[in-house]
Amino acid sequence: MSPKKSGKKTMPRTVRAAGDTVAPQGAQGLRRVAVTGAGTINALGHDVPSTLSAFREGRCGITALNFRDVDRLSIQIGAQVHDWRPEDYFNRQQILLYDKFTQFTLLAAKQAVAQSGLEFEGALGLRSGVILGTAGGGLNTWDENYRAVYEEGKNRVHPFVVPKLMNNAAASHTSIEFGLRGPSFTVATACASSNHAMGLAFQMVRSGAAQVMLTGGSEAMLCFGGVKAWEGLRVMSKDACRPFSANRNGMVQGEGAGVFVFEDYDHARARGADILAEVVGFAMSSDAQDIVMPSAQGAERAITGALHDAGLAPEQIGYINAHGTGTAANDKTECAAVAHAFGHHADRLMISSTKSMHGHLIGGTGAVELLACIMALRDGVIAPTIGYQEPDPECALDVVPNEARDAKVDAVLSNAFAFGGLNAVIALRRV
Amino acid sequence: MTNTIRYRIKAIIAEQAMLEADQVSEDATPEDLGIDSLGLVESIFALEEEFDISIPFNANEPEKSDFDITNMGTIIAAVERLVSQKAA
Repeated sequence: MSPKKSGKKTMPRTVRAAGDTVAPQGAQGLRRVAVTGAGTINALGHDVPSTLSAFREGRCGITALNFRDVDRLSIQIGAQVHDWRPEDYFNRQQILLYDKFTQFTLLAAKQAVAQSGLEFEGALGLRSGVILGTAGGGLNTWDENYRAVYEEGKNRVHPFVVPKLMNNAAASHTSIEFGLRGPSFTVATACASSNHAMGLAFQMVRSGAAQVMLTGGSEAMLCFGGVKAWEGLRVMSKDACRPFSANRNGMVQGEGAGVFVFEDYDHARARGADILAEVVGFAMSSDAQDIVMPSAQGAERAITGALHDAGLAPEQIGYINAHGTGTAANDKTECAAVAHAFGHHADRLMISSTKSMHGHLIGGTGAVELLACIMALRDGVIAPTIGYQEPDPECALDVVPNEARDAKVDAVLSNAFAFGGLNAVIALRRV
Repeated sequence: MTNTIRYRIKAIIAEQAMLEADQVSEDATPEDLGIDSLGLVESIFALEEEFDISIPFNANEPEKSDFDITNMGTIIAAVERLVSQKAA
């Protein structure tokens, strides 16, 4: 990382101290980044307004799972997308080519682009791209075709199996759909995939490498193989997702997608776009410790790194959308990290886990959770942690239990801490 | 028969702890044997495979599971119970 020696576009950078997280330092010369579009499909609804209504009502999207061989699972609940009929949105040829995780992505991306009002013909398309997160990619396609060749003994699979299951399929189809001809790729960091993807998209727009980035993530892991694999770890709840509650007993999987338009702030202003929020900071860290057990220090470094990157004081953060998986280990570790990072202010800020409603979308979860952050900033409504029944002294923060709350907040964080010890935290500010 | 099951259980836990079966005493806790939470989940899987049983165990609330993991003695008793229930 040698600094540029000359040239008008050289940006001043402060020297990073050892121990800092990897994030660009110093805002001078960097572009501001606006969110000008949002789209989603998840267990709470097929679009943003229905999802935000569910957040306000504290409605739960978790129900009995419904797919082939579910009776052979010991975990039989999940936040499955309800009333999903791909033929409502795609033609026969598209359905043959798009795995469910791509279908979810394209639906969310179309909503986001429509809201932004952007068109990508000409020069803008050359300076725009897409970075998406997913953990399982085309897992349904793997599952169906393994079943065909192993269980059913077939010796032939459909010609599109590979382009359907590949983890970059959703990003590629999004680039094709909208003519995004700049940088596009997929990030896979398990439960932090979407936050890593959105953080990188933010950095690309901020650095001037791209003018507009579509970003977020998608997951469609609710099939026999996808849930069976998770069962093995014995961290899943059989009845409900109750983050931060003393009687929590594990996570509940979800599915769906969230996609956002991250746009150069000046570009958005110049064209009179409605700016939903400003992305102001991002940091990532690695625990470098254990493949499944989280580290409070690793999480804290990502939190403080995001604040530093955003130039925000801890006292400016009014709300955190927690990783809040509802496992014994995550929730107490996350609360310890927040308490340590914020000191006395930890007792004043609000922190909630919307996974209690939309489940854990694994690689897509940060994207759906960013909607709760935007709702907090834009509408002044804090999404609750539902299913909360008993206070846990190890999670002694204001977790906005069970009911949404009206509150004006100026800046928020969204946490994601993945298996593998990979942490990614994003900071947003009200516009 | 019971002794055989007892020995096979000890052998499985011992392998996870990188010990010999006769080094595993019945009052030893998983922690004493150096078995962490992931090691415990792995041991439970190995026991299920060995005896073709389903062990009710949620790593989030081990104390609430019907499967008592306090020490080797309780683990052996619980597995023996599940094996005899299966035979019945």
